[in-house]
Amino acid sequence: MFKISQTKIDPIDLGKRFDDPRAGAVVTFEGKVRNHNEGKNVTSLEYQAYGAMAVKEGQKILDQALNQFDILDAYCVHAEGHLEIGDVAIWIIVTSKHRAEAYKANQFIIDTVKATVPIWKKEHYVDEEPVWVACHQCAESGHHEHSL
Amino acid sequence: MYKKVKIEYFAVLREQAKINSEELETSSADARELLSELTSKYNFSLNESTLKVAINEEYCEFTTKLNEGDRVVFIPPVAGG
Repeated sequence: MFKISQTKIDPIDLGKRFDDPRAGAVVTFEGKVRNHNEGKNVTSLEYQAYGAMAVKEGQKILDQALNQFDILDAYCVHAEGHLEIGDVAIWIIVTSKHRAEAYKANQFIIDTVKATVPIWKKEHYVDEEPVWVACHQCAESGHHEHSL
Repeated sequence: MYKKVKIEYFAVLREQAKINSEELETSSADARELLSELTSKYNFSLNESTLKVAINEEYCEFTTKLNEGDRVVFIPPVAGG
């Protein structure tokens, strides 16, 4: 399931839902708000989502991961609204029999979410005007990471 | 032929349009013409080279024809994660 959350993401609490006796491997990814980006001091982030479409696109990615990799379950939640440094912006969990497929699926999910799901991020700085981060290119080239 | 479409704005386009959404009677035949119409109205800083377009929550081409009741969103560069 893919979700957009307006409340704080709590990975420890969420993780409890994915206990599965068939799973020998559980790979989680936590994308957190960092205090700097491209030489600027970031004070907070604001995420805006086109909710109806983000959920559809996100679910397509999870369905694709479930088809493409030998995994048991995949779940992703992305935060919306104002986040402080250290808050969790995105959390992904993949369970599988063996670790290799879970690692691969998790990486596929985060890379694809960053490239296609309609979610936007405004960075707030210490002494500059906030800006919407433009990320089509960095999602494609795989470098130039922001909050992750 | 005029048709009514619903447009939602996000991120930098929302700030430039100064509204979250609107219903518009338009003669634009496709998404490209609609973007051009809206750019004249709101002076958007982004154009087709950096935007994508979604109709009824699905990515599509700028040449996609518009139909009565379509929900159209021009998607600025995404930055989730």
